[in-house]
Amino acid sequence: MIYLDNAATTAVKPEVLEAMMPYFMENYSNPNSVYSFAQESHKVVDDARDTIAELLHAKGNEIYFTGGGSESDNWALKAAADAFSSKGKHIITSKIEHHAILHTCEFLEKHGFEVTYLDVDANGLVSPESLKTAIRPDTILVSIMFANNEIGTIEPIKELGAIAHEAGALFHTDAVQAFAHVPIDVQDMNIDMLSASGHKFHGPKGVGFLYLSNKVKIGSFVHGGAQERGRRAGTTNVPGVVGMAKAAKLAHENMEENIKKQIAVRNHLIDRISQEIPYAKLNGDPEKRLPNNVNFCFRFVEGESVLIMLDQKGICASSGSACTSGSLDPSHVLLAIGLPHEIAHGSIRMTISEETTMEDADYTVDSMKAIIDRLRSMSPLYEDFVKENK
Amino acid sequence: MYSEKVMDHFSNPRNVGEIENPSGVGTVGNAKCGDIMRMYLDIDEDTKIINECKFKTFGCGAAVATSSMATELVKGKTIYEALEVTNKAVMDALDGLPAVKVHCSLLAEEAIHAALWDYAEKHHIEIPGLKKPKNDIGDEEEEA
Repeated sequence: MIYLDNAATTAVKPEVLEAMMPYFMENYSNPNSVYSFAQESHKVVDDARDTIAELLHAKGNEIYFTGGGSESDNWALKAAADAFSSKGKHIITSKIEHHAILHTCEFLEKHGFEVTYLDVDANGLVSPESLKTAIRPDTILVSIMFANNEIGTIEPIKELGAIAHEAGALFHTDAVQAFAHVPIDVQDMNIDMLSASGHKFHGPKGVGFLYLSNKVKIGSFVHGGAQERGRRAGTTNVPGVVGMAKAAKLAHENMEENIKKQIAVRNHLIDRISQEIPYAKLNGDPEKRLPNNVNFCFRFVEGESVLIMLDQKGICASSGSACTSGSLDPSHVLLAIGLPHEIAHGSIRMTISEETTMEDADYTVDSMKAIIDRLRSMSPLYEDFVKENK
Repeated sequence: MYSEKVMDHFSNPRNVGEIENPSGVGTVGNAKCGDIMRMYLDIDEDTKIINECKFKTFGCGAAVATSSMATELVKGKTIYEALEVTNKAVMDALDGLPAVKVHCSLLAEEAIHAALWDYAEKHHIEIPGLKKPKNDIGDEEEEA
């Protein structure tokens, strides 16, 4: 099997699982208990917090563990809106955010907030100028993703954060696809809040965190016990937190090398597909791009058909076509970068990991060529196109 | 998510291609929604039997499989009997479809009707029970 869906989820690394194991059956204590048995779990959770904080250039008490990226996004937006509603009711985000942001914004709109959804350019970039134009005295929060999950475009976060701060607004970034993949410095990049998720970087599922700058005072989202300094109730997922921190640490130790390795394989995929498959268009910015992301639209074919045929060749990938989203519309990201519906239906995303080899890439391109050829030979759109261009 | 029969008809679709100078041809669906089916019929002038039926489809796995099955079902039938090949008949023959893909079987039925309509118009005949096909069944679904 060639797994090219690492933006969906990743394999847990053996070292990560090993680090987690003691906290299921050996020391299963609740870190908030008083007896000495709980001291170890209390300590490893604190250590995990410090580890993650250090990687972001933050402080340990600015990291709050959550149940994942979607929870972190929901918390950041809803709690910030609630905390600052007396100052203003305007929020700015972009049209290509993850649904955890977009649907939360729609929820806030129903509760009296006004949301501006910034357009992006053809490569999926949010322009700092457009943020400058949209920002107002009553803007309380700007939330722009660090890197897009579908097309891999990396946004100009530092500049966008600076503009938000100049206007006195908070800056949140959904870094679910970026954290532990590319370097992030919350202080240098003007980030007040940042969401991340453990399973996107070879950690476990069901655990994530929200970085919340000490300067930001917002309330809790999950009410109940006093865990996470009273800001996120629920017994701490000790093995999950330990595993996530271990995975983050491993990723950062090898980051430079992993980035280089992945970019080489990524660019090989991009170059071969561009050169060898006609009517294929790369989506996303060619340079400002996640090292693991390849996304193409293949004209005259539909994404789900391609995915099934790739699966038959042992390759796991994903698509932004309507048929894979369960609606009649293809992905909102592909529409936002200006692709017509019929082209967006033919999108295929391949997200590699540092384990993906050049041989994997070659096998994938060879398979893809045969699949696209075959589906085009069956496509009435291709038939019409060929006749029109004779 | 798909039955074995759907996977079989997707992986080894029957009757893919075009017919030169077809007796009737019909195209339904639209690229915006992600499905287009084109059916070609070769019909015996005297017996009105469908000798050959070919298709081309742009769409998902279910769209290809329903097109393939529909061509199999209409082959050998008269143009009058071909109306028995409803979307339900196509679905049953494929051992069912996921609920979100029922749309594809409707499109297959509509593609057959469009090709038959084309034939009937060219030959100035009427096929009892055949209504003028909609260009895109997606339109109706969106309105509903």
